[in-house]
Amino acid sequence: MKREPQKNEKAGDVLLQEINEPHEDQTTHKRSVWNVVAIPLLAILTGLIIGAILIAATSTTVYAAFNESFGQGLVTAWNEVITAYQALFTGSIGDPARIISALRSGDERAIRSAFNPFLESLVQATPYIFAGLAVALGFRSGLFNIGVEGQLFIGAACATYVGYAITGLPTIIHMPLAFLAGALGGAVWGFIPGLLKATTGGHEVINTIMMNWIAFRLTEWLLSGPMNRPGAGGMPISPLIEESAQIPQFFQTPIRFHLGFFIALGIAWLVWWLLFKTKWGLNLRTVGANPRAAKYAGLNVAKNYIIGMALSGALAGMAGGVQILAVNRSMALGLSSGYGFDSIALALIGNNHPLGVILASILFGTLRNGATRMMVVSRIPIDIVDVLQAIILMFVAAPAIIRTIYRLRKPKHEEETVFVSGWGGGQS
Amino acid sequence: MTPILELKGITKQFPGVLANDHINLTLHKGEILALLGENGAGKSTLMNILYGLYQPDEGEIFINGEKSMVTSPTDAIDAGIGMVHQHFMLIPVFTVAENVMLGEESVKYGNFLNRDDAAKKILEIGNQFNLPVNPSDMVRDLPVGVQQKVEIIKLLYREAEILIFDEPTAVLTPQEADELFKIMRSLVEQGKSIIFITHKLREVLDVADRIMVIRQGAVVGETTPDEADKNSLAAMMVGREVSLVVEKEEKVPGEVILSIDDLVVADKFQNIVVDHVSLEVHAGEIVGIAGVQGNGQTELVEAITGLRKSSEGQITLMGEDVTRATPRQITELGSAHVPEDRQADGLVLPFPIAENLVLCTYYKEPFSKGVVLQYETILDHAKQLISDFDIRTPSALTPVSNLSGGNQQKVIIARELSRPIQFLMASQPTRGLDVGSIEYIHKRIVQKRNDGCAVLLVSPELDEIMELSDRIAVMYRGNILAVVKRSAVTKEEVGLMMAGIMPESDFKPKEKHVVERTF
Repeated sequence: MKREPQKNEKAGDVLLQEINEPHEDQTTHKRSVWNVVAIPLLAILTGLIIGAILIAATSTTVYAAFNESFGQGLVTAWNEVITAYQALFTGSIGDPARIISALRSGDERAIRSAFNPFLESLVQATPYIFAGLAVALGFRSGLFNIGVEGQLFIGAACATYVGYAITGLPTIIHMPLAFLAGALGGAVWGFIPGLLKATTGGHEVINTIMMNWIAFRLTEWLLSGPMNRPGAGGMPISPLIEESAQIPQFFQTPIRFHLGFFIALGIAWLVWWLLFKTKWGLNLRTVGANPRAAKYAGLNVAKNYIIGMALSGALAGMAGGVQILAVNRSMALGLSSGYGFDSIALALIGNNHPLGVILASILFGTLRNGATRMMVVSRIPIDIVDVLQAIILMFVAAPAIIRTIYRLRKPKHEEETVFVSGWGGGQS
Repeated sequence: MTPILELKGITKQFPGVLANDHINLTLHKGEILALLGENGAGKSTLMNILYGLYQPDEGEIFINGEKSMVTSPTDAIDAGIGMVHQHFMLIPVFTVAENVMLGEESVKYGNFLNRDDAAKKILEIGNQFNLPVNPSDMVRDLPVGVQQKVEIIKLLYREAEILIFDEPTAVLTPQEADELFKIMRSLVEQGKSIIFITHKLREVLDVADRIMVIRQGAVVGETTPDEADKNSLAAMMVGREVSLVVEKEEKVPGEVILSIDDLVVADKFQNIVVDHVSLEVHAGEIVGIAGVQGNGQTELVEAITGLRKSSEGQITLMGEDVTRATPRQITELGSAHVPEDRQADGLVLPFPIAENLVLCTYYKEPFSKGVVLQYETILDHAKQLISDFDIRTPSALTPVSNLSGGNQQKVIIARELSRPIQFLMASQPTRGLDVGSIEYIHKRIVQKRNDGCAVLLVSPELDEIMELSDRIAVMYRGNILAVVKRSAVTKEEVGLMMAGIMPESDFKPKEKHVVERTF
């Protein structure tokens, strides 16, 4: 067909849309990369700045200094913030001076312990990666899985049970078996609200929240009843898992860095491959992005919702499983410090992309890990760190705020849907 | 005589696009000026500037010879400018009187609404301008044509002198449109002035006193209905010669491809909206379903394509009973579906063009091997179709949401027509598109018919039905009133049937057992 001698290639569109969205070309393509990373980076920066104000404002020494003189106050505030952030950095990445001197000395133990803060950050990041992947896969499939926390608990319970109840297996079988038991437990816990959504239209947000409570109370009962450690004296705690079920740690205690981190990376790659390279993934993403078009294209929307929820639950179950098998080695109620809920924010920061989830998880693990040292060194309450995290999240989850602060231009088009359509969304 | 409205050198720049490029416009008292242009030509921007929604970068507005600043719709209304929007700005659960007085309430005893006062004034306006409406009727109970009259009364109630009609006929039957044109004439006879925005050539020639054509933000010509004809106007609009008549070779229809027998379909509220419909479509023919939107066409199409379950009757496609089949089974039999709402049903907007082009086939070889998608094949396939179907896009990986409506529709047409198909279900295939795209899509559909494909075309645009169809089925309130040969009817006759009125003689409606059944 001959090209028409017509410049206005966009004729036929709504005018407003057209003029606001000029043609995509190479330069805008480059800019879109910047668009993807700019928001999280600026959100973190803004979070740190507000955090600094918070640190200064909650410190009694700063107030005392301000009482003496204004200049003194500013200097003290500055020092407090620098100390705190230095502690945050050395606690989560490591002390550069110490690393260099350890490397110089060539002493293996010194090197290991110098790198421990960084390795510990990765340990903290590991459950985040699984849980973040769970939420991201849900979002991609058009599902808002708030039930990651509950699925994580059920997964942990299943992994624990297989870990201690089965004996006499070689590690090569027992460890994967226990890990998969965790995944299966989470999958069942995700499957149920998926089935409810597909068959009755019951919204997964409500049902997964309810499933969370069932999971919490159920594990509580299990730990103080059938799965209670003999001689625990009524404490809700499970027996230790068999050595053959443990995911190995690479170094001697206290360094906890373990194989689970690399399993997480492998699973992230698998999720990426599934979502973006296979027809199953395209099924899920099509249903997630436009259920009506998916139905038109001949997909079974209900079936894909169930699959999406079960897979998401399986990933959440792995988060619980890995934590038991590699770190805790037995299950107690304080298993998770809200991994399941933080992971919603993680998935959003990571743009629901497995690579983004990994990066966001490492950031979170780092913040959590460094917070401990910050608390010790500068006597900043860990709540402030939580507030810091919350602020960063808020900015990332509401990019409009960051765009307004830094006067960024709205991207021409949102990347593939980041969020499911609201209440009752996805029901055609 | 001073013109009632004069725009001088109006320029509006949006990032990357010059939406209005030094546009001059003059409107005299008592005339209808038609503003003709494709979607995206800049008509709406111009009118939004006039109505105070946008501020021009350059240029001046003179009303009655006085330079005026219009910075908000309130200014516009005060200056006597009123606009009838394409989508009505009425509140369905309010009465006509309440809607009309909204924002301009007459009150009594301090703060109480004086509906009687408003009703009286509405009746007066109705008499004066031949707009009979009952002020106490609830708006939601009124037919679309009457709702539009309420919109016009709203403007007259506010004593507007300049009335802007934005694509007013999009929602009307041909008869209702003709009635609207009479109203417009009576308005200008009594001294009002009208700007009439449209992209429909016939309407311009019927009703305008003067025609201004806009293309790519600039005025490309001014003419009158006496000097112009459809072809010259289309050429001005598009910037090249456009053939408005689709060439169709004579074709003897082949065997029955689609057969619908006594079909009953309910909508989501369980109302029967397709009421014992029977219809056959043969290979190599286009059967057009004419009818005003909302007479059951949507549900009929959904039933045929497997998207909605029918409650009674049978659908047979290529000899197979597909009454209970899934969309995928129907697609795999060799049928294609151009859906009514391309953005809601036909495309996954955030996905790249390449993925959208395999939306119905990606699970099969060669696009998947095992479970792994073959992105190289998918991309090659996309590049081929982009060039075959002249889809204007920077790349095959551009999200479909970045394309214009016409190009989005081309993506669907390319996907559906490039498969080996024997049946094409085309539902409003040119909705909201410009002349150039319409011409192209019509050609493609006719080409499929010439290749021996059976085509069922649903469209509320009577012109489209008349132009493409070999046979026409008129749908009214869930029934097919008649199936007639295209050559045996005139447009007026079909138009009457669309309003539910059967012509006396000439042809008989298909005898059907519809009437006796009640639900």
